[in-house]
Amino acid sequence: MEHAMQGVPLSWYLILSAILFGLGICGFMFRRNLITVFMSIELMLNSVNLSFVAFSHQFRSVDGQIYSFFVMVVAAAEAAVGLAIILTVFRNRKTLEVDQVDSLKL
Amino acid sequence: MSALIFLIFAFVAIACAINLVVQRHPIVSALSLVGVMCSLAVLYLLLGAEFIAATQVIVYAGAIMVMFLFVIMLLNTGVESKVPGKSLLSKIIGIPVFLVFVGVIAYLIQRHYVNAEAPVIFGNFTGGGPREVGLRLFTQYLLPFETTSILILIAILGAVVLARKELD
Repeated sequence: MEHAMQGVPLSWYLILSAILFGLGICGFMFRRNLITVFMSIELMLNSVNLSFVAFSHQFRSVDGQIYSFFVMVVAAAEAAVGLAIILTVFRNRKTLEVDQVDSLKL
Repeated sequence: MSALIFLIFAFVAIACAINLVVQRHPIVSALSLVGVMCSLAVLYLLLGAEFIAATQVIVYAGAIMVMFLFVIMLLNTGVESKVPGKSLLSKIIGIPVFLVFVGVIAYLIQRHYVNAEAPVIFGNFTGGGPREVGLRLFTQYLLPFETTSILILIAILGAVVLARKELD
């Protein structure tokens, strides 16, 4: 622990990323509100960004940061389309519970 | 000092993420997600990614989350209803599975990732400013950059077509 005063090991960042990703999966599975499920997906994308930036620091290269930049762009596009789909679902069904929006289920 | 800042903001991020998962009201979840994103921005600064940290605050915590809050308030669905019996089972199975997942990943990283012990110190890597990112983005990654502009154009069209009211 003597080097802990200067900085933490890189693996701690990766483990934090894994914890946030796991919590995102939990939210995706447990919650029934469509918007909260969608926010859990955003949480998972964010945790992956953290590991990209951590590896970018590790290899002293800016490439990982550019990947996480592209992930942000894709997340913005996904949020726009996803929220439009949620609006349409609510307009047609008057509910956002995922248990009641199950026409595609076998 | 770097270690202290990492521990504080990692704790804040995990606490906000747990709050996001357990709360029933979507507004509280959205505000917790803003907390996660802001603390992740501080961690990006520690890792030397200044441009990504600024983008995280402006684009994610600013633009995307405001859009989420806007939709939540527009639809006004309120608190999620309780389904008796189902949530207990998911808690009994889900929490151990989550702990096993995190434990296995932590074990694999510690065991097999050779450079995992290299300490992360603020100021070790300063190649993440707007200048370096822009230079790389507009030379080596020019084609993906232009492709994302087309992707965003398609996303705008899709959002407009999906959310449009049918006129008849």
